[in-house]
Amino acid sequence: MEKTTWKLGLFLMILSTVSETSNSLVEGLESRLSYDYTKYHPMHEIYRWMEDVERGNPELVSSSVYGRTYEGNNITLLKLGLKNPEVKEKKVIWVDCGIHAREWIAPAFCQWFVKEIVHSYKTNKKLEQMLQNLDVYVTPVINVDGYMFTWKNDSTRLWRKSRSSPPPGSSCYGVDLNRNFNANWGTVGISFDGCANTYCGKSAGSEPEAEAVMGFVGKMVNQTLCFLTIHSAGQLILLPYGHPEISAPNYDELVSVGETAAAEMKKVHGMGYTVGTSPQILYPNSGSSRDWARLIGIPFSYTFELRDKGEFSHLLPEEQIKPACEEAYAGALSIITHVHDKAFNSATLPNAAVSGLSMVILSTIMCVFLTTGVFV
Amino acid sequence: MATGELNPNHYPAQRAAKVVQHYLNTQYGSPFRLFGLHNVQSGNAEDVADSGRKYQLEITVQEIISNTTEKCPAEVLFPRGEQRRSPQVQASCEELLKNTKAQEEALFKQYKMNPSLLSANNIPDSFGHMEPDSRPLWHLGIVASSFVMLNESTENTLYNMAQVANITQLETENEQLKFDCHILLHEMVSQEIIHWKLLFTWSPPEGVKVLQMEQLPHCHEGAKPPNTS
Repeated sequence: MEKTTWKLGLFLMILSTVSETSNSLVEGLESRLSYDYTKYHPMHEIYRWMEDVERGNPELVSSSVYGRTYEGNNITLLKLGLKNPEVKEKKVIWVDCGIHAREWIAPAFCQWFVKEIVHSYKTNKKLEQMLQNLDVYVTPVINVDGYMFTWKNDSTRLWRKSRSSPPPGSSCYGVDLNRNFNANWGTVGISFDGCANTYCGKSAGSEPEAEAVMGFVGKMVNQTLCFLTIHSAGQLILLPYGHPEISAPNYDELVSVGETAAAEMKKVHGMGYTVGTSPQILYPNSGSSRDWARLIGIPFSYTFELRDKGEFSHLLPEEQIKPACEEAYAGALSIITHVHDKAFNSATLPNAAVSGLSMVILSTIMCVFLTTGVFV
Repeated sequence: MATGELNPNHYPAQRAAKVVQHYLNTQYGSPFRLFGLHNVQSGNAEDVADSGRKYQLEITVQEIISNTTEKCPAEVLFPRGEQRRSPQVQASCEELLKNTKAQEEALFKQYKMNPSLLSANNIPDSFGHMEPDSRPLWHLGIVASSFVMLNESTENTLYNMAQVANITQLETENEQLKFDCHILLHEMVSQEIIHWKLLFTWSPPEGVKVLQMEQLPHCHEGAKPPNTS
């Protein structure tokens, strides 16, 4: 009789654990299933989506507000990572999108990137392993004010900068956030005219959006392996530096890893991505987030310029979101895998990680065994 | 300035090659024929005394609508001088000139016989979409823009048309169709959006001809209104 009651209790406990887990899984699954990753979303939908993803995947996803834009909007990231008591200090991967407001495919990619990881980590052993060793920080939209402005009406769609107030003597809003970072600020590829689209601001890091990134990433610089900043357009993979006379110390490796990523990207849909420094394949520039990241010591730092090559430029049709994101994901994953394997010296996978649920059952059984002395 | 053999992936060759694209569209572009730069195979740049800088290129051009490509040799001369003048281009891409006569004539007839004058805005729209009926107007906008982009190009620019903000058909007495359009160009190096107003004609035998072009001084989005005292 005692044995039967005990078994029933154990069964009921397991059942309730499964039910609890699957409820939030279903909730998360529903909202993720109904979210259309092949459409462009306004900011309030992206904020809501971040909440849903976090709530639906608490073992993998947590969110953090790490700054406020000029207009006071939250700058929010999702941190993707799995608990791993064996790893003392997890390494960091940084991915940001939407520094430039009109580059809508970039935030679309950050959302796609999160979705891919959430959907595949349980069945992709390599990905699961990496998430045990790494925390991936993803900011879907850095320039929230600018992005919201591009949704205002037809005439605002091609806005690029932030929405800070006009500087003294000017009547024009906004700073080019990707010229405002503390990296050879104000030297090349910029304008000091407040009305220009490459206006670099009144000083390095003067803009709250750039300062938020520098402050947050700055605290984790020693753990950060890789910094990816996503833009459009042009189909380029840019490596540091934007200044024509400064070379990164690991230039050769940056090129090689970039070329491998471009090759992976081409395999997906045949699209070519050119790899090089900005002064080589685009134009000289300064104050970019990519340059700042490399300068403070993050070894791998790239700007991805996604589709296309001028037919639609920033007005990339929604039908191209899926293929553009698929190839970008392949490229990003290629770089992340390289930096992970380099840091963790892993060529082979460890023993398969045991799923959380079976851990609950196993530890419950062990607990019972230890207390009752009876092994069911 | 890069001189001698050029890295085909680097910007000097790429910018010169883009100029060839604009040239081809002015010469041969139509609602059913549009060119894009696919690739640069090789390039060479040299100073030409008193004239400017000459680029010799081997490029792959794509005819966008039929999705065919062809390797073409081309030459671009960026003139030097007190007054800025437009680049001179020579290019030979004959294989891409597929026969579009029947389609063009059908469209031309359709527009001519339309009781009302055509007008459309925001092609493509914010989501990259356009109505099927607007597509030929988008192509016409690209061809007409190419005249501006060709004229305005230098070694320090890279132009693409971003959007047809508005295109409106005008009455004509003759055998041409006539359009007034407001286009937005994206200039990559400055990252600026530049507004132009164009008046152009089109007919299958004549192609696109630009009658007037005028840069619009764009009042910057969200600029503070001037103080009214």
